[in-house]
Parts: sequence; structure tokens; C-alpha cells
Amino acid sequence: MGHLYEKYVWEVPVRVTHWVNMLAIVTLTVTGLFIGSPKTVALTPSAFAMGWIRFIHFVAGYTLSVSVLARIYWALVTKNSYAGWREFFPILTRDGRHKMLAAFKYYTFISKKVPAAPGHNALAGTAYAVVFLLYLTMIGTGFALYSERAPNGILHKAFAWLFWLFSNQGMRLTHHCVMWLLIAFAIHHVYSAWLMDVKEKGGVMSSIFSGYKTVRSKE
Amino acid sequence: MSGYGNGHDQKSPEQQFSFSRLLAEKGVSRRDFIKFCSATAAALALPPAFGPQIARALDEVKRPTLVWLEFQSCTGDTEALLRAANPTVAEIVLDILSIDYAETIMAAAGHLAEANLDKVLKEEKGKYIAVVEGSIPLKDDGIYCCIGGRTAADRAREVCGGAFATIAVGTCASYGGIPAAAPNPTGAVGVAKAVPSATVINLPGCPLNADNLTATIVHFLLFKKLPATDGIGRPLFAYGKRIHDNCERRPHFDAGQYVEAWGDQGHRKGFCLYKMGCKGPETWHNCPTQRYNDKTSWPVGSGHGCAGCSQPMFWDTMTPFYRRLPNVPGFGIETTADTIGLGLAAGTAAAFAAHGVVSAFRRGDTSEGAKEE
Repeated sequence: MGHLYEKYVWEVPVRVTHWVNMLAIVTLTVTGLFIGSPKTVALTPSAFAMGWIRFIHFVAGYTLSVSVLARIYWALVTKNSYAGWREFFPILTRDGRHKMLAAFKYYTFISKKVPAAPGHNALAGTAYAVVFLLYLTMIGTGFALYSERAPNGILHKAFAWLFWLFSNQGMRLTHHCVMWLLIAFAIHHVYSAWLMDVKEKGGVMSSIFSGYKTVRSKE
Repeated sequence: MSGYGNGHDQKSPEQQFSFSRLLAEKGVSRRDFIKFCSATAAALALPPAFGPQIARALDEVKRPTLVWLEFQSCTGDTEALLRAANPTVAEIVLDILSIDYAETIMAAAGHLAEANLDKVLKEEKGKYIAVVEGSIPLKDDGIYCCIGGRTAADRAREVCGGAFATIAVGTCASYGGIPAAAPNPTGAVGVAKAVPSATVINLPGCPLNADNLTATIVHFLLFKKLPATDGIGRPLFAYGKRIHDNCERRPHFDAGQYVEAWGDQGHRKGFCLYKMGCKGPETWHNCPTQRYNDKTSWPVGSGHGCAGCSQPMFWDTMTPFYRRLPNVPGFGIETTADTIGLGLAAGTAAAFAAHGVVSAFRRGDTSEGAKEE
């Protein structure tokens, strides 16, 4: 058995975007639930409760967009293979598909061989590719709805093509349903990280703060 | 309305150019007329200096010919136009048009009426204005709406194709409207789709606001061209702003004061109808400022949410009218997106909790740190 050492896995941009995304999504979810189904919270019409909540929602929306686009940019330019875009598409290679199957068997209690990858396991990487697709859906539908206040503005010109794909109400429903998918993902994400921390014993939970994982060398 | 039924060759020269006399006859003062001109300039989003220019343009107008075609409609737009109880300046503006054909109001009938229309098409080719009310069926060669033995599509192609411009009044003529709602049994479409070669301006709404028709015609008389439009052919002066952004209940929305049930305290106090399914946030129309029936009121003003009637396919996409979000396909109508979402989240949590319990009792499935590749 090889020796254990600390391996630098998650670069600074990976960790920063991870936590910015997390804070933005929590903010967006809480404010979004209120915007979708508000309660009467003001005593006078001169209050601005919904106004501020929407403002926070839009600021968090811009923050998430910048963070997600920065992360996609980093995936394309980084030399670190754990952050690079290939990590998220194991399905493209035979070896990757084999690893996905192995991880699936472990999660479904068919196999006892824990994936134990230094970066994301193949199934997790694929899940994040899907999650980023959901992020882009939220950003697109969100800005399209936001731009409706100025139908001839730049924002509307940039996002109005989405109304070819969705009716206006369909756009709202999609924005709403994807939020629930992301909530479901968050539950799965925290659980799986916890499970891997226990079973893999590589310190994956603390690695998203420190950047280091415990890895056993090969020989 | 004048000039229909008897052919406009019989009109005396005075009748052709007598706007001031027309005003006097109807008992409208010069002051009221100038007020109307200023109000129309405002409706068209023109600077106040255009008020006198509108007055001059109307004074000098040379009776343009207008024909009003009615297809698959409920005549609601004609009703909206005729609703004014007293002679108004707007009514007179429409009077100065030579309305040579209009199914609902013309005296002539049958072949005589159709002959009138044919005469306009021949003699005024490229100069007359066509107004279309109602959708045009295209399915089964358009047999679902025939006038004088000819299909609506056939007649529309001929009339709108030869017009200077076509004004589609109401949502049916603009985008198919209610006849085009799923399953659209007659294959109904709007004018722009039925006659792609025509110059069409859409004035949707269910019904259209007659003020917007007057303003569009005034714009045409003043500038000899049609007003600027948005991506779906609606003039920006009337459809450039979202209802939600000009709504008199908007302060309640921003404040956080909502009607939660019909007739509740909030409803009585005039709170925002957002939770009652108001589609103001996704509908562009000048209802909040222009209002209906001589600026008396409009749906949200009288306590009912906007139904989004000036948007294409509103009957299919804006329903249910009294809910914020549409129904999720495949689920019962009482199941909202949030109920489903909450179920999904709870289901996920339960599944992973179960997985966690099994994993906790499992042995021999661990590793000692991640492994190098």
C-alpha cells in the first residue's frame, strides 16, 4: 500500500465559485419563494418589502451568473484536470463510462468498491454537468423574465429569443420547477459529500474549504 | 358613420371637406376638439407641440376610405367602438373616414354590399385602409367562414392585399384569439398570417380599446404612415409598456400588500391582484392609462386581475386565469408546481435518509483515502 499525502485538488477559483454559488442559490431560493407566493407583509402602501426582496433576488441573480460564467471559463482554461471540463463529461470516454457504472453500482449497494477518485467521481462529475445546465436554464429564464419591464432594452434583445422556446407562463413555470430540482440536488449533494467523507476517508468535506484531499500514492 | 350604402360618388364637395362644420353639427366646441388633439398626441407619446398639428391634419383631411371586414368574431370590437353614448370627437374622427363597407353597421345588404366593396377595391386600390375584426380559418380550404359564397381567407387576401394598410382590431384578427385556442377546430389565424403580403398593424385586446384605433388613424392622417411597432406588430405607443409597470395597484405590489381571496380585506382595500393570477406582469397594453369606455375603468381598476388578452394565444397560455402559474402537464389541476416541488424535495430527502441508514450499517465498503489514478 502506498503512503498517504495531502493533494491540492480544488483550486481557489473552484472553491470561491462553489461558495458564491451556494450563497447566491440560498438567497435566490428564499427570495424567489416569496416572489412566487408572497404574503401581505406591509402595513402601508409606502412600504417597499417586495421591492427590496426583488432587488436582492436580482443582485443574487447577477452574482450567480457571473460566478457560473467564471467557473465555465475556468473549466476551459485551467491546467488542473480536476477543474477542467473533461472532469464533467466522463460519458464521452469508454473508461469514463466504466467508472460511471462502477459508481452507480456502489451507490445502489450492488458493489462495495467505493469510487475514491481524487477529484469528482464519474457519476458526480456528470451530475454537475447537468446542474450547470440547470444553472444556465435559470439564468436564461430569469433574465428573460427580468427584461420584460423594458421590451426594447438591450437585456430584452439579448434574451427575448427564449420566448420562441417557452410561452411567457411556461417560462415562469420552468423557472419555478428548476428551482425545486436544484433544491433536490442540494439535498443529494450534501448527503453524497457526507457519505463519501465517511466511506472514502479522503476528507472531501473539508477539502472544499482547504482545497486539499487525502490521497494514497499508487505503489 | 357615414357614406356607406350609397356609394361615395354621390357625395357633394362640401361633404368631402367639412370637418369644422361636422364638429359644429355635433355640438363639439373648438376647445373640446383641441383638448382631444392634445390627448391624442399624449396617447401617441408625441410632444405637446403636436396637438395643433393634429388639429390641422384633421382639418385638412381628405376623407380616406375605410372598409371594415368581419370574420370569426363576436363583434366585440365593433361594440367597443360604438359604445360611446354621446357624440365624441373620436367618433367624428371615425366619421371623417369614408366607411364604405362594414358588415355590422352598413345599410346595404347582399350583393349590393359586396358590390360596394368591389368598387372600393377597384377604384381606391393601394389607397384605402382595411380594418379586420375576427380570425380567419384556413383549415379545409377555409370553408368555416364564408361571406357571399367566398371564404374569409380569399376575401382577406383580396381586400388586405390591395389596401394601403390593414389594421387588425382585437386579438382574434391579430393572432387568431379565442377561435384559435386549442384545439383550434377551424385552423384560425390572424390577418398577418393569413395574408403575409399585406401591411398589417395589430391592435389586439379583447376587445380592442377604441382610443387606440382612433390614435392609430390620427397617426396615419398626420404622418401618412403607420406608427412604429414592436416585434409582434403592435404600435409601441399603445403596447410599449407593461400593464404591471403602469398599474394603479403597483405600489401595493412593491409594498407587499396582496389580495389573498376574493372579497377579503385586501380586496376591499384595493391591494395588488398578483396572487389572484393577474397577468399584468406579462401583458403589454395601455389599459391602466387609457382605460375603457371613455376612460371609465378597466379590469384591474374594478378588482379583477388582467387576463392577458392582448398577448398572442392568451387563452391557451394565460390560463388558469386565477392562478399565478400554469398547471403542470400530467398532474391534476389542483396540483400546483410548488406542491410537486415540495414532494420532490421531501422524496429526495427521504430516499437519501434511507440510503444513509443502509450505508451506516454497511461494512467493508470503505477506502483509506482517495486513490491516485
